[in-house]
Amino acid sequence: MKFNRKSKVKSDIPTASLPDIIFMLLFFFMVTTVLRLFEGLPVDLPEAMKIQKIESRRHTSYLWISSKGLMSFDDARVSVNDESLYRSASNRVNSDPQLTMSLKYDKKVPMELINDANNELRKANALRVNFATGLKVR
Amino acid sequence: MVVEKRTRDVGEIPMCSMADIAFLLLVFFLVTTTINTDKGIGLFLPQWGDQMNVPKKNIVNVFINASGEVMIADDPTPIPLIEKIIRARLEAPGMRDLLIVSLKPDKATEYDVFIEVLDQIKLAEADRISIAEVEK
Repeated sequence: MKFNRKSKVKSDIPTASLPDIIFMLLFFFMVTTVLRLFEGLPVDLPEAMKIQKIESRRHTSYLWISSKGLMSFDDARVSVNDESLYRSASNRVNSDPQLTMSLKYDKKVPMELINDANNELRKANALRVNFATGLKVR
Repeated sequence: MVVEKRTRDVGEIPMCSMADIAFLLLVFFLVTTTINTDKGIGLFLPQWGDQMNVPKKNIVNVFINASGEVMIADDPTPIPLIEKIIRARLEAPGMRDLLIVSLKPDKATEYDVFIEVLDQIKLAEADRISIAEVEK
């Protein structure tokens, strides 16, 4: 007597919808990627223990001050002497009230310059700041 | 004579390579996405022109001179001890919400030292920190 196999169970994962899944992932990464061409001034950041993360890159602007005293706001060179820092900061704050300023100051910058820069930010109402540091291990 | 019908070419884009193309793009964006977040010491600056009068007994002055030495009130203090001293001041009865730590750097103080001191004050869990104007 012959036994017939009752049914052959197909054990294939359907691959027809694979492109759709991949596209979905693709769009996710495309939307979340913030492409930046400008990497900022060369700075050597100080280190600290009690540090916080900035939640959103989208609501973050960067202010660099290099050890030579050069200053750059996001992609543009600015200065504390001719209101250019004040103007770029206040434009940015007006378009994005949630703005956090990430302050990438070099270790060697004297406090006088930092004081001037912070005052310009205060005038521009960019009050939420984050002094960028590395993590110091105790 | 039998004329053979020519088969008409139907213009079709091959769909089977679509997944590969999408994968390639996906990998590109995966690689270019930077995961490293910006970290640092968060602070709120006071508004410009916003001045407050605070009774002297609620202020702890932390001076930093040009060569990076620190003085709390009138005592020279090594930087690693700042946390303890500020914490002790904060734990005095009724002072937690009143005490203001006022950081007074010199105009030539290096930022590195300033951050070290600020970090110590933050470690002591002081909420009210003021950064004084440097004297010109």
